[in-house]
Amino acid sequence: MTWLVPLVVLVPLIGAAGALILGKNPPAQRIIAIVSLVIVLGIGGMLLYIVDTQGPLAMAVGGWAAPFGIMLVVDRLAALMVVVSALVLLAVLVFSVGQGLADGDNETPVSIYYPTYLILATGVFNAFIAGDLFNLYVGFEILLVASYVLITLGGTEARIRAGTTYIVVSLVSSMLFLASIAMIYAAVGTVNIAQISIRMADIPIDVQVILHIMLLVAFGIKAAVFPLSFWLPDSYPTAPAPVTAVFAGLLTKVGVYAIIRTETIIFPGPELNIVLMVVALLTMVVGVLGAVAQADIKRLLSFTLVSHIGYMILGVSLGSALGTSAAIYYIVHHIVVQTTLFLGAGLIERVGGSTSITKLGGLLKSAPIVAVLFFIPALNLGGIPPFSGFIGKLALFQASADQGSVLAYVLIGAGALVSLLTLYALIRVWNMAFWRPAKDVEGYESPLLDNVTEAPGGRTVQATRRLPRLMIGATAGVVVVSVALTVFAGPLFALSSRAGQNLEGPSTYVDIVFPGTSESGGIDE
Amino acid sequence: MSVSIVMLAVMATLYASGVYLLLERSMTRVLLGFLLVGNATNLLILITAGKVGSAPIVADGVAPEDMTDPLPEALILTAIVITFGVSAFLMALIYRSWRLAREDSVEDDADDIALRAGTLLVPSDGNEQDSSDSEFGNRGEAAISSARDSARSDDGMAPGTAADGGGSR
Repeated sequence: MTWLVPLVVLVPLIGAAGALILGKNPPAQRIIAIVSLVIVLGIGGMLLYIVDTQGPLAMAVGGWAAPFGIMLVVDRLAALMVVVSALVLLAVLVFSVGQGLADGDNETPVSIYYPTYLILATGVFNAFIAGDLFNLYVGFEILLVASYVLITLGGTEARIRAGTTYIVVSLVSSMLFLASIAMIYAAVGTVNIAQISIRMADIPIDVQVILHIMLLVAFGIKAAVFPLSFWLPDSYPTAPAPVTAVFAGLLTKVGVYAIIRTETIIFPGPELNIVLMVVALLTMVVGVLGAVAQADIKRLLSFTLVSHIGYMILGVSLGSALGTSAAIYYIVHHIVVQTTLFLGAGLIERVGGSTSITKLGGLLKSAPIVAVLFFIPALNLGGIPPFSGFIGKLALFQASADQGSVLAYVLIGAGALVSLLTLYALIRVWNMAFWRPAKDVEGYESPLLDNVTEAPGGRTVQATRRLPRLMIGATAGVVVVSVALTVFAGPLFALSSRAGQNLEGPSTYVDIVFPGTSESGGIDE
Repeated sequence: MSVSIVMLAVMATLYASGVYLLLERSMTRVLLGFLLVGNATNLLILITAGKVGSAPIVADGVAPEDMTDPLPEALILTAIVITFGVSAFLMALIYRSWRLAREDSVEDDADDIALRAGTLLVPSDGNEQDSSDSEFGNRGEAAISSARDSARSDDGMAPGTAADGGGSR
C-alpha cells in the first residue's frame, strides 16, 4: 500500500495547478480545492488505518533504496497529523468559501487564493511524511512561501507591515535550518533521518549538542517557542480570518512536529531536556500573560496560541513515551480547538464589525449561535472537564509527575495556573463581547451603521450582516470534531500512546527505513 | 575532511555582512542581507562536500575517493531555486510597501507602541480598518487602494501608479 503515501502530497499539488489554470472560474476552483482536500482526508484516513493495524509504511521515491533515494515515511504520528490537518484544512476551506460567496467574490475574485491554499496544504503534508531532512526543509519552504502569499493577501498596508515581520523571521529560521542541514551533513555524511540517527551516536557529544541546538532554534522559531515567539502575535492577527485560523492551527504545529522528530529520532539523548522544560515553562507563562493584557480578540488568541505551544514542548521535553503520547494528543486537540477559536473570531468580526472587546457588546442577543460556537472551544482550551483540553493537560501532568523531578512539578503548577489564566482571558472575551448589553459599551456604534458608511459600491446592509450558512456550518463542524475528541478520547489517546511508544528511542523509526538493522523494537510493535 | 580556507573566509564574510544587513530597518537592505546569507549558506553546503575531485559517475575508472561528493551540489541547486523565488517575492513585497506607504522601513507594531505608552485597552484604529477589509476579495479594498494611488499620483510623486493599482489585482 506504499503507493498511497506520495498521493498525500501529489493530490493537493495537482489540485493547486488545476485551480491556478482555472483562475477565471472561481466555482471550479472551489470544487477542485474541496475535492482535493476530501481525497487527501480519505487517503489520510486509510493510511492511518493501515499504519495502525499493519505497521508503518516507507516509500523510496523513484525506486532508489533507502540511503540513496528520498524516503517518505508514514508512521502513526505522521498519519495522525495528516488526518487532523486535512480535516482542519477542509473545514477552514469551507469557511472561506462561505465567506467569499457572501462577499460577492464572483465579481472581483482573488484568483490565487485557492491555489495558494492547496500549495500550503502540500507543504504541510510533505513536511509530515518527509523521511529526509532536506525534504523536510523543502516541505517547510513550500508551506512558508504559500503562507507569505496568504498573509499579505490583498496587499493592504497593515498586512504588508505584518507580513514583512513574518516573512523576515521565517527567512531567518529557514536559513538556520538549511545551515544546520549542512552542518549535519558535514558531521554524518547523510540527510536521511534514519541514517542520521544511526550515525549520530558515533559523533562526539559536544558536536551533537551544537547541531541539536541549531535544529531546535530553527524549529523553535517556526513553532513560536518563547524567546523566539514574538513575531507571531504581531503578524497573525491582520490576515483574513480563515488564513489566521489555518496558520494558528497548523503552521506552528508543523514546527512542533519537527521538534518531536528531532528529540525522539535524531537526538534521542536527554542532554537538552532540562533546557526544553525551562523553555516550555517560559513559553506557557509569558504567552498567557500577553493574552491577559490584550483587548483585541485575534491578538489575544495569538498569545494563547504561543502559550499552549508550551504544553506541547513540555510533553516532548520529558523524554518519555508517556510524555510524547500526551504531547501528540495535545497537538491534535490544540490544532482543532485553536482553529475553531479563530474561526469564531472571524464570525464575531462579521456580526460585530470589530474584534476589539472594548467595542463589542450584546452579541448574545444578536448572534446566539456564534456565542455557543465560541463558548465551547473557549472552555475546551481553558481545560474545563470533560473537554479534550482537560484530558490532554491531565495526561501531560501525569507524564510530568512520572518523571518526578522538581522542575516537572513546577511545570505542573505552572500548567494549571496557565490554563486558569487562559480561561480567564477567554471568558473575559465572552463576557465583554457576548454577555454585556450593547448599551453598556462606551460610545457604542452599531455595526449596522458602520457597514453603511464603510461599504463602498452601495452594498446593502443585509448582505454584509448576514451570517452565511457555510461559515456557521464549517465552524460548527470543527466544534463537533473538538467535542468528538472528548467523546472518543479513549481510542484516540490509545492511538497517540501507540504513536508515542513508536517514538521511544529511534529504533522503531530506523527499522521502518532500514528493515532489520536494529534488534529491538520490531515494526509490528 | 579538508576545507579550503578561502571558501571559509568568504563564507564567514558573507554571513557577517548578511546578518548585519538583515538587522537593518530598511527592507531593501534586508533583502540584500537575505541574499548574502542565502549565498553564505550555499557556500557552507558546498564546503561540506569536502575535497574537490573529478566528476562522479560519468568517467569510468575513477576511484570513489577521487570523486567530488555530488549530493551537496544537488542540495545547493534546490536551495538556490528557493532563494530565488523568495527574493522575487520579497521584491514584490517591498515594491508594494513602497507604493502604499512611501517608505521602505519596518515600523513598530501599533499595539506594541500603545502598550509601551501604558494604554492597555486601546481601541486601535488599525483594527477598525482591518475589520472592513478582512474579507479577502472585498471590492471596497480595491477601490480604496486605487483611490489612494491616484491621490498620490496627483501629487506628482509617482505618475502611473494609479493604472497599476487596477492591473495588479
